Amino acid sequence: MLTQTKDTEERIWTLMIWSSVGLISLGFLWILGDLLWHGWTQLNWNFLFSSPKNSGREGGIGPILISTSLIIGVCMIIAWPIGLGTAIFLAEYTQDHHRFGRLIRGSLDVLAGVPSIVFGLFGNALFCQALGLGFSILSGGLTLACMVLPMLIRTTEESFRAITSDQRLAATALGFSRSTTIWCILLPAAMPGLLAGSILGLGRAIAETAALIFTSGYVDRMPESLLDSGRSLSIHIYDLAMNVAGGNPNAYATAIVLVSLLIIINLTASWIADQWTTSNQLPT
Amino acid sequence: MDNIQPAPHLTKTEAQLPGIQTWLPYQSTEACCEPVAHIRARDLSICYAKHLALQRVNLVINKGCITALVGPSGCGKTSFLMSINRLTDLIPRCTVTGQLQINEFDVLTPSTDLLHLRRQVGMIFQKPTLFPFSIKKNLELPIREHGKHARKTWATLIETTLQQVGLWDEVKDRLDQPAQALSGGQQQRLCLARAMVLAPEILILDEPCSALDPISSGIVEDLIVSLRGQYTVIIVTHNLAQARRIADDVAIFWAIDGIGQLIEHGPARTIFESPQHELTSAYITGARG
Amino acid sequence: MISFSNNISSQFLNDRVLLWSLRFFALIAGSLLFLIVIFLIHEAWPALHQLGITSFFTDNAWYPTESLYLLTPMLWGTFLATIGAVILAAPIGILSAVFIHYYAPSLLAITYRRLIELLAGIPSVVFGLWGLVVLVPLIASWQPPGPSLLAGMLILFLMILPTITLVIHSSLAQIPIAYIHNATALGLGRWSMIRKVILPAAKSGIFTGIFLGVARALGETMAILMVCGNVVQAPSHLFDPIRTLTANIALEMAYALGNHRSTLFVSGLMLMAMVVIFVLIAEQLRYRETYADAN
Repeated sequence: MLTQTKDTEERIWTLMIWSSVGLISLGFLWILGDLLWHGWTQLNWNFLFSSPKNSGREGGIGPILISTSLIIGVCMIIAWPIGLGTAIFLAEYTQDHHRFGRLIRGSLDVLAGVPSIVFGLFGNALFCQALGLGFSILSGGLTLACMVLPMLIRTTEESFRAITSDQRLAATALGFSRSTTIWCILLPAAMPGLLAGSILGLGRAIAETAALIFTSGYVDRMPESLLDSGRSLSIHIYDLAMNVAGGNPNAYATAIVLVSLLIIINLTASWIADQWTTSNQLPT
Repeated sequence: MDNIQPAPHLTKTEAQLPGIQTWLPYQSTEACCEPVAHIRARDLSICYAKHLALQRVNLVINKGCITALVGPSGCGKTSFLMSINRLTDLIPRCTVTGQLQINEFDVLTPSTDLLHLRRQVGMIFQKPTLFPFSIKKNLELPIREHGKHARKTWATLIETTLQQVGLWDEVKDRLDQPAQALSGGQQQRLCLARAMVLAPEILILDEPCSALDPISSGIVEDLIVSLRGQYTVIIVTHNLAQARRIADDVAIFWAIDGIGQLIEHGPARTIFESPQHELTSAYITGARG
Repeated sequence: MISFSNNISSQFLNDRVLLWSLRFFALIAGSLLFLIVIFLIHEAWPALHQLGITSFFTDNAWYPTESLYLLTPMLWGTFLATIGAVILAAPIGILSAVFIHYYAPSLLAITYRRLIELLAGIPSVVFGLWGLVVLVPLIASWQPPGPSLLAGMLILFLMILPTITLVIHSSLAQIPIAYIHNATALGLGRWSMIRKVILPAAKSGIFTGIFLGVARALGETMAILMVCGNVVQAPSHLFDPIRTLTANIALEMAYALGNHRSTLFVSGLMLMAMVVIFVLIAEQLRYRETYADAN
């Protein structure tokens, strides 16, 4: 145990630390409590499945849930292969001194810090205008794919690097080609880490607003194709709170849906990661 | 176990292996240790970056025999072993020069079919290295990858191989359970089985018993002895008593000025009873190393 | 380290096809950053070329309809909100991380960390909603009008606190236990051990956390858009409404055309440059953070 010196300075700092932690906890419980308090009464099954009426003041979020899942679907379908391919390349074919690998890793580090609004500008310029996709679910999904890519690659690369080199040696000694080693041995072993990373990427994509305002658009109808504009949950909250007088109750209810989705996603990811670390410990 | 001498186990080997003639690549009908050269190293040197790890090894390894490579740590035994199946390719900045032949087939030329080579040369590591799948899948992966057997024969092949390593009765009821849940000795025998399903001619073993407890170690050692005659076995070991018990031929490696060299090589009895090199005699009497 | 990078060419067609497709994907991922920069510059070029960089700082006001493009009020808004948030969040973030490691009983430490992680994951639009409905009226009842620089600072403070706390937490976790043993053996009290031994040892981790927090605050859009009032002016005190660079883009992008749109891309470029500088500094510090094994 640490020594307990009873001088005043120690006491003052102990007090400071406990009170700032208490303040922070109170603030955060306030936010969560406020969310539940205001939104709970609005929330029912009907809210989840019906269409918004009267600019969203009444009705539910059915089409918005559909649009959100389509945007996220496009995002993951695009980001997954690129992320997986890049991560395998970085983990299995490059070492620290490899120039191409270093360049890619450096550019991904920077990309991870680019603010989401800048991704929005880029998505608007490239997907909506240059490629002519307009305000659409496709543009929004592609923009989000660019945004989650650095994180996806980083977690996937880490889970490949966590596999011991014994496995690669053993597979090579058995005469497996590199593609077999990667697909049949390393990929299954890295899968839990990869899943956890994808789920976290998914969480980041769902939470995103700024990158979507001028790529996927505002339209709250049920989307008919990927080229339709579609409103995501987060944009719905923003629009109800800022632009619709009397939209707050439904904004709160939507926020509860969004936050619960995120909590489920994060719990799943950390559960998978825990499973992975326990199953990777070999009996000795 | 000390009473095991080169001859008696032959009959045991033959008796243990009913009905596997159909796929065994090499069958001994004679005494195992006819001096028929199987692997031949000429002036083989191995460099890591600029450091010379092994210098000019000239060594002939006989078919069907157990050859033990012994010597203190850091004298290039494992490097030599890894050059036989070209695993040295995976080590950054490692270069192998000289000549290494298996039968009449040159291993070190760039055009070598590596997958074929590694199928002919099975390797076992110090630490059992099973893949994180079930017991069955561990054995099926190499069979499927090399595609020589029809799928319906896989089960029989797996059974015979597991019997050969004496693991069948222990695991036949849990083939679908994770391989990494087995005990260390069982894992090592499963590794051996996994190498053997590919019907290699040569087995190279890198200290296969050193990570095991004494009992498992004894079982694995008996298993290795039972392989004499069917496979050319090369085993790296730190355990001189073990080399004395199981080896037909012994090669002593030594690091002189930090450079690994082969200092003596010959039949086990000659090496242990009348060593030529003074380092060898110091080593086997326990004065050095 | 065993890797396939040593001997990259393979004899087998499927291996070569695999390697080329992996390279292709890596090229896409690696070129994304350059693509973003190129597109931003391309879109920003008309404004940079026709108006010149100086006009963004010397025009009389921000009236895009009259071709007046003064960006300084927005820059002030961004700077002040960020600085305020960091001044609040840095010390509290440090204290929070110290609390988790050295003050809290283990159960409380885990609970508090989970809470902070939960907060790190809450979307900015939800913070914005809370700010708009709870915080802004609260400030308004004290000092009208309510939507203000202060509201922005407080919201940003709540948003960057988890980032700062978690980074410092992981850097404290790497401090060799021997430091603590030695400090205790010297008879230092808990706080003086932290101040004299632990915090200096974790210095680069602390700065990494702060710089990442700054980067996040600079780039934050939605929450700040919802609580700051968005009036284009350089604020004279804490209760003035402000508009940040990010909020400006989000508000006007939907209908901007010609030089107006182009100017918004210029502000995007500025934003990106600032954020990238802070991220790079943070990454550099992170690399430098290694402890000699203190026995």
